[in-house]
Amino acid sequence: MNTQSAATSLTDSVAPLEAGAHVIAAGFLREAPVLVTGDGDVLIAGTRHQIGADAALVAKLAADAIILGDDRGRILRIGADGTQAALADEKGRWIDALALGPDGAIAWSCGKRVVARDGKGKVKELAAVSTSQGLAFRPKGYQLAIAQNGGALLWMPNTEAPPDKLDWKGSHLDITWSPDARFVITSMQENALHGWRLPEKQHMRMSGYPAKSRSLSWSHDGNWLATSGADACIVWPFGSKEGPMGKAPRECGVRPTRVSAVACHPGSLVIAIGYEDGCILICRLTDASELLVRPPERDRPRDSVTALTWDAKGKRLVFGTAEGAAGVLTLP
Amino acid sequence: MSDKIPVTVLTGYLGAGKTTLLNRILTEQHGKKYAVIVNEFGEVGIDNELVVGADEEVFEMNNGCICCTVRGDLIRIIEGLMKRKGRFDAIIIETTGLADPAPVAQTFFVDQDVQDNARLDAVVTVADAKWLSARLKDAPEAKNQIAFADVILLNKVDLVTPKELDEVEARIRAINPYATIHRTERSQVALDAILNRGAFDLERVLELEPAFLEEDNHHHDEHMQSVALKIPGDVDPEKFMPWVNELVQRDGPNILRSKGILAFKDEPKRFVFQGVHMILDGDLQRDWRADEKRESKIVFIGRDLKLDEIRAGFMACAA
Repeated sequence: MNTQSAATSLTDSVAPLEAGAHVIAAGFLREAPVLVTGDGDVLIAGTRHQIGADAALVAKLAADAIILGDDRGRILRIGADGTQAALADEKGRWIDALALGPDGAIAWSCGKRVVARDGKGKVKELAAVSTSQGLAFRPKGYQLAIAQNGGALLWMPNTEAPPDKLDWKGSHLDITWSPDARFVITSMQENALHGWRLPEKQHMRMSGYPAKSRSLSWSHDGNWLATSGADACIVWPFGSKEGPMGKAPRECGVRPTRVSAVACHPGSLVIAIGYEDGCILICRLTDASELLVRPPERDRPRDSVTALTWDAKGKRLVFGTAEGAAGVLTLP
Repeated sequence: MSDKIPVTVLTGYLGAGKTTLLNRILTEQHGKKYAVIVNEFGEVGIDNELVVGADEEVFEMNNGCICCTVRGDLIRIIEGLMKRKGRFDAIIIETTGLADPAPVAQTFFVDQDVQDNARLDAVVTVADAKWLSARLKDAPEAKNQIAFADVILLNKVDLVTPKELDEVEARIRAINPYATIHRTERSQVALDAILNRGAFDLERVLELEPAFLEEDNHHHDEHMQSVALKIPGDVDPEKFMPWVNELVQRDGPNILRSKGILAFKDEPKRFVFQGVHMILDGDLQRDWRADEKRESKIVFIGRDLKLDEIRAGFMACAA
């Protein structure tokens, strides 16, 4: 591999942005690049908006707004013009996790409390047995997957039924559904992924990571799950009925440093891969060919790529780092 | 190492004076900013941007080590704080009065992300001079907190007679001869005596002569012991590492804390380690100075330790 070759470089197509602090989320809002920093600033198309908190902890981009949880326990909705509205107030508790669902639904957790708010503003809450830092809505329908200690819960907020339990020993961190909702996957404290094939709850263990895998991204066709946490992007095959069991994962973008963020392209089998040294590559899954988006930062070796998101058409890629660097790649 | 955020763990049985101390740290002018992780909201009466409520969520690591418990909520909170690096100088973690300090301490050795960003500076235990002796008899948590401490605030000394005070201090020494003890009223202590101690307390611990400890054991605690051993020269790392690893693997549940500074054969740098139960964390630090005597010292504090066996095992590691 050669990250220096000009022939395979897209670095000239990157427009830098100045985030100024740890970037916790990046994306696009009506074509405008958006960055959210840990200091609680929201940058929309280069304009900085302050949220009046000391820290933004979690943030996600909806179609027409940024949804954000802060250290004062507020859930804020920030429109493309920067207008802010508080959707909820957990009175000083940190918001630990946030998920966006169909039809404007939002879910968040703080401590052992999990709250789901549907698009009409109707709120339901669940007292979980342990805290959660991973929430994900089922791609269709109003069902929330909750990662926690000892496994995961599948909760239907609009029914009185208790949540369905997916048990597996250990502490589960992030959680994601496959696009066809046949699989639920969690990342774990023990440097592994765990999965359940539904509805049988068949277990899948995906281990061998040297660090926690905290960034998970499904390919547009749902056949692959790209993951961080190793010295390459580990891509698990989910195309068959059994999922990845008994199959070896693909490895993309092997470099002597860890992958910190991954983002699958919305229309082709291409993965954007961010590393702990600030380097970003784009890799094609079919032939493992690589393009350089951002070279490693030699003087700041720990400036991890912390946010990496494609726009809906897959023409632009926005990224941010732990030290507050950011930029937008526009594909030529 | 120096760019890691120092973390002070504040323990103490119910009512000993932890909250008073915490409020002082948050209100006094000392030019430093502390992120404080508290167990109960509302107890600390300060509206501070860097006060975080915790859930005291302890879980077992799924790594086959039964006593290896960590605080999951701490891992998450520290991850969150690291997204605002530069806004604070140090972290203080308050634990509940009934908490075992081990999971908190182990979190700093077991979780790689936490270890990359933060280091355990000291366990500070606030003890009530009037009630500690009684608690040591009826509350195993209180004894654990004393055994774990690097620094002990013997608080509310104004409520006891000098004789009672000496008595309770002797009881503390019987459990933990190595902690620095400060006698205080209303938790009044210079903050630099408890915060950001660096390796200072470890150095001090290991300066104590083992002989002193044996003579002073008037209040021998039946179950909690400590052992300090010295080899007046180098040890062989090929012998020492397997021995100490096997020891903590086998007796880890009973070993609350372990510490050591060692001179490895043919190694110009000092090897410094500390541990909690089965977990050991050590590395080569600064060079031995020319005016320093190369020697190897270790300390274990724990329950029902097999002192003779540990002594024989360590002595056999001499180079």
